[in-house]
Amino acid sequence: MSVWEYAPAPESRDLANLQPNYRPFIDGEFVDGGGDPLKSVNPATEEILAEVGTASESDVDAAVRAARRAFEQVWGPMPGAERAKYLFRIARLLQERARELAVLETLDNGKPIKESRDSDLPTAAAHFFYHAGWADKLDYAGYGPDPKPLGVAGQIIPWNFPLLMLAWKIAPALATGNTVVLKPAETTPLSALVFAEICRQAGLPAGVVNIVPGAGDVGSLLVRHPGIDKIAFTGSTAVGKEIQHAVAGTPKRLTLELGGKAANVVFDDAPLDQAVEGIVGGIFFNQGHVCCAGSRLLVQESVADELLGKLRARMSTLRLGDPLDKNTDIGAINSAEQLAKIRELTASGEDEGAQRWTSPCELPERGFFFAPTVLSGVEQSMRVAREEIFGPVLSVLTFRTPDEAVTKANNTPYGLSAGLWTEKGSRILWLADRMRAGVVWANTFNRFDPAAPFGGYQESGFGREGGRTGLEAYLHV
Amino acid sequence: MSDRVSVAKTYKLYIDGKFPRSESGRTYPVTDSAGGFLANASHASRKDVRDAVSAARKAFGGWSGATAYNRGQVLYRVAEMLEGRREQFAAEVSACEGVSAAAASSVVDAAVDRWVWYAGWTDKIATVLGAANPVAGPYFSFTVPEPTGVVGVLAPQSSSLLGLVSVLAPVVATGCTAVVVSSADRPLPAITLSEVLATSDVPGGVVNVLTGRADELGPWLASHADVNAIDPTGASPEARIDVAQQASATVKRVLTVPGDEPDWTRRPDMSRLRHYLEAKTVWHPKGT
Repeated sequence: MSVWEYAPAPESRDLANLQPNYRPFIDGEFVDGGGDPLKSVNPATEEILAEVGTASESDVDAAVRAARRAFEQVWGPMPGAERAKYLFRIARLLQERARELAVLETLDNGKPIKESRDSDLPTAAAHFFYHAGWADKLDYAGYGPDPKPLGVAGQIIPWNFPLLMLAWKIAPALATGNTVVLKPAETTPLSALVFAEICRQAGLPAGVVNIVPGAGDVGSLLVRHPGIDKIAFTGSTAVGKEIQHAVAGTPKRLTLELGGKAANVVFDDAPLDQAVEGIVGGIFFNQGHVCCAGSRLLVQESVADELLGKLRARMSTLRLGDPLDKNTDIGAINSAEQLAKIRELTASGEDEGAQRWTSPCELPERGFFFAPTVLSGVEQSMRVAREEIFGPVLSVLTFRTPDEAVTKANNTPYGLSAGLWTEKGSRILWLADRMRAGVVWANTFNRFDPAAPFGGYQESGFGREGGRTGLEAYLHV
Repeated sequence: MSDRVSVAKTYKLYIDGKFPRSESGRTYPVTDSAGGFLANASHASRKDVRDAVSAARKAFGGWSGATAYNRGQVLYRVAEMLEGRREQFAAEVSACEGVSAAAASSVVDAAVDRWVWYAGWTDKIATVLGAANPVAGPYFSFTVPEPTGVVGVLAPQSSSLLGLVSVLAPVVATGCTAVVVSSADRPLPAITLSEVLATSDVPGGVVNVLTGRADELGPWLASHADVNAIDPTGASPEARIDVAQQASATVKRVLTVPGDEPDWTRRPDMSRLRHYLEAKTVWHPKGT
């Protein structure tokens, strides 16, 4: 039998229009940041992409003051219908520059181009388009007449979906009449600074959006700044707790979207081939750098062997490599630091007695890569069943009865998402009621939409993003 | 008949549907507004907090899993029982808060009405806060509000009944279960309310009432990993910071409350209900 090999199908990196330098965006201008510049690295090649200016304490202060001025003088008093038009413009500009931004995102983050192209960019634009429409309809959002914005929002976002997380943060904040100071992640600042350029192209008034690149110290300055009315953070649970502690006792409002350890529950009557696709998408999408990743597979004992066989077969076909190649399924791990964490936790699973199976794919010589891996025979006490790995590693546990599935699925301090696979409708609804998680995907996984609220229970954070519910995070209600 | 000696009541805690004394054996004297002795109240300890939290956790599955209609009926039943004890509550409120009999009566009336208002919410919350999400794809997506879990309530210090009802009723209306620390100096209406709860149809453990010091017990509640949310109303300004910091270790939802005790006679809105609810979004494909 002849085998048709894939031919390379790389997207051109020139499309990213990479600049040698990127600078903080404060009060409508790109400025030389007072902090030590950082170098953003392409995790797939370890080459330096660009030098990025970072914000110092006085830069953060200037950004907060600019945002306050814009809130009081321009954005706050502006009628919602006018605010809406700026957001619509931004949505369109994102669509127009989607190709450029997708390539830039893939270069800076390491995610496959087909994901940045088909998921990150369209969804980011959709968030602005959706929230634009809310700006002049807040009276109908269910929070009483004329709900008021909070003021200046400090927003801190992670590196896994740099531009999409920016959209999740900035779109609702602006639609409700707030102004923002946003800190992109240290390892993925580039798309946020191109977004700043888009704000200029949209004619957005100066100070409404400010972007202050830097590491955790810049985030900490933002969290502690007295001129901030609201902090919105997406990232690890550990940092989320620090932030909650820091704002305790202050009038600052807070929403947190933190880690997860989602159960993906497969019953014996599930369509197994369909479930395998969902499991693979659930854990290997974006190299598993997803807070809602289906990282704990709970499979009914009677079909466990069959499912694992199908899963390994499917995983063997995943193509790992150059993120810019349109055929690539698994791109690069975002940083050496993250790769080390994934390796350490996976090894702990083996040490504690789990059986490791890793897809026999070749790893590129350079760059940070980790082959898709399944750990079976995992027990609930193992670290790989309890801690967020944030990488392409799936832990497999089994159950016998629906009650046991519920107990195991909920046996975590997290509560962001859950997946359910069964053909029986009444069982889906019964389980969905019992999952202590903010998002439940039944016979699907990793679906996102600006109209559908997203956020966690328990230590996965509080507050929602998206939908009518998500507006609450930026309103005095 | 004025020479009859009345039968004085022993005021105890309310945990898991029972009325135990504090395991610590501690009590403290409760006086009326003129300093006259009214009773010895149990001075709840950290261990009592833990017992109350485990009772509340145990009760959460049943209470949150009950139908909204059922919860509404049970809570309405509480209002019926409150109504029947209006005179007793008025006497306690008058003694504790130092207000006239007429003022105390109107406080009690407002408290009963407040409870009825929240009882009627149980089967409307999902309609008002839930949503069918118009997502861009072949999926049925809906969002429903669900109770966040066990809530620690530090009840107001001044308003011993109306304030207490105003902070407790929204918690149980959502389907959450509660551990309440009553007003320290005015705890008697809270214990009498517990007797009402025990003799209505509220399952044991759904509401647990501790008498004692909010500033002492609040941080224990806030650091307890099995508590999901905190209302710091009854804590002092310094203790509120401590409570909020302790709460961060397990990412609890901490209610934003005004610096001073609000006017509880004001008509409430949905904000307290909303605070104890999580939004759950469920997706299912259409056609495959």
